[in-house]
Amino acid sequence: MKHAVLMRSVQASVPEAAEDLPAPATPETPIVVAARSSGPSSALLAARWVRKWLAQHRAEVRSYVVGAISLALFLLAWHLLTTHRVSFHVRFTNVPTPAQVFQSLARAIHDGTLSQHVVLSCRRIAIGFIIAALIAVPLGLVMGRFRFARDVIFPVSEVLRPIPAIAWVPMSIMLWPSNEESIVFITFIGSFFPILLNTLHGMASVDPVLVRASQCLGAREFSIFREVYFPASLPSIFTGLTVGMGVAWVSLIAAEMISGQFGIGYFTWEAYSLVQYPDIALGMICIGVLGLGSSAIIRGIGRIVMPWKHTT
Amino acid sequence: MSLQAAITSDNGIGTKGRIEVSHFGLSYDSADAQVEAVTDAGIAVEPGEFVSIIGPSGCGKSTLLNAVAGFLKPTRGTVLVDDEPVDGPSADRGMVFQQYSLFPWKTVRENVEFGLKMKGMERSRRESAARTLLGLAGLLAFENQYPERLSGGMKQRVGIVRALATGPKVLLLDEPFGALDAQTRIIMQQILTNMWQRLKISVLFVTHDIDEAIFLSDRVYCMTARPGTIKAEIKIPLPRPRQQSMMMSSEFLALRRGLMSLISEESLKAMGGEVNDDALQGLAIDTHGHKLSEII
Repeated sequence: MKHAVLMRSVQASVPEAAEDLPAPATPETPIVVAARSSGPSSALLAARWVRKWLAQHRAEVRSYVVGAISLALFLLAWHLLTTHRVSFHVRFTNVPTPAQVFQSLARAIHDGTLSQHVVLSCRRIAIGFIIAALIAVPLGLVMGRFRFARDVIFPVSEVLRPIPAIAWVPMSIMLWPSNEESIVFITFIGSFFPILLNTLHGMASVDPVLVRASQCLGAREFSIFREVYFPASLPSIFTGLTVGMGVAWVSLIAAEMISGQFGIGYFTWEAYSLVQYPDIALGMICIGVLGLGSSAIIRGIGRIVMPWKHTT
Repeated sequence: MSLQAAITSDNGIGTKGRIEVSHFGLSYDSADAQVEAVTDAGIAVEPGEFVSIIGPSGCGKSTLLNAVAGFLKPTRGTVLVDDEPVDGPSADRGMVFQQYSLFPWKTVRENVEFGLKMKGMERSRRESAARTLLGLAGLLAFENQYPERLSGGMKQRVGIVRALATGPKVLLLDEPFGALDAQTRIIMQQILTNMWQRLKISVLFVTHDIDEAIFLSDRVYCMTARPGTIKAEIKIPLPRPRQQSMMMSSEFLALRRGLMSLISEESLKAMGGEVNDDALQGLAIDTHGHKLSEII
């Protein structure tokens, strides 16, 4: 009890101590000043709250600020290099400026072509990736549990695995009746092997003591699988899904550039063919943002599925 | 609800197990030869008795325990629990591991519930049963925490409660406090004896800590170095309930000295040879007239 009281008093003294320090130069500071002039008591509270919040989140605020500055510098460098048409072996003469790209984005949003391409690419990713996950995860679990299954499947997977998804393009066009299916298939192939291998790795690294503990508590084959092997493999499975998602985008863009009629990869390549240079950069940025977004979705799902991983 | 009622509500009271291991031998094939881990070991645990196995590291005491748990099949001899040969692990024989072995993806309460879930008990009943047990163990405040956030001592308390939740006939513990610091270990020993006295469950406890074995047990089996067999069986006539202060009593110390000499002899063997007092004559080790084997 004494400890608890002591702790509380220490915590209480922290914001007061923080008040003595000069306020950090951040966008929040003017708000505090403005609030102070309107009503003394509430303004004081607000100021205290803001300072406390800043004191607690100093590291995060700093990394956000640094990140924003870094992005701004990147944009600035891009702007300067392209507006001055710098050319020292690497040629920026034809590279669009950020402003041009922004204009082209505004136009593309207005006429709706870009969103069509984006939606189609996302659909291909979703179908290819989800099918890959639905096959690779159970397959990896079964291969990890039953030696026979691994002995049968592993050699085939090892032979096929090193073949980059792009090398599947001609074969895929032959295999599938429609162009759409062949592109989805390439996306599937790209994400399949990272998911499979990581699931296998997860199964191999399950702590045998946990398996024994479950057996001592009366768990049988299926329960052990569901209650121990599967949750124990989840972190690895999600590593596989994240990597698989990255490779899925790589494969999709390549396939769309080679054989597509729609999609963001096709959009980017077509922009080059039609000498619409701002669209090249626009397509690239879209791909980057989509890749970022999809891996964020997987991370988010992982956080929901594995609450025990983020408690500390 | 008492601890006993909470745990044995399903099984009925008085189903404590009797363990009987006779002429137990276990060997396995290594690269070049057959290795004999345990040979001709015999132990017995009467219903409700607390028995420890002690011995130098690598003597096969954990092997013996794992055979009782059903993880290892004896090469020779028999392992009986309530006159039935052990055939694979079962919820009748609860086990506590040194590495805590809580499921990291389950909360404290879900860990305790696990055995009941495997028995097919419905959710609401097993939840309240687990809550009762956690309350008795003083862990109710942590029921929704994940094990990662608990201290070692708390983890092992959960481990013990989890093993007891299904109402096993015997409790097997494999150096359960080996990873804890000295203070926590003493508290855990006290908690374990309290629980055991209330449940009157049969306990087989493996340790390499002599004090721990004496403090907890009714009887202690001392094993030889590999290939392990039972070297001696020592009755611990200390009265119950046992207090920490007993560890200073002359009776305790006499038992300790006896066990110590048994163990150190075997430990030396396990390390590859016996210490020859004569060989140390010329060295600057002052043994104050004692034999080296008495000191170590």
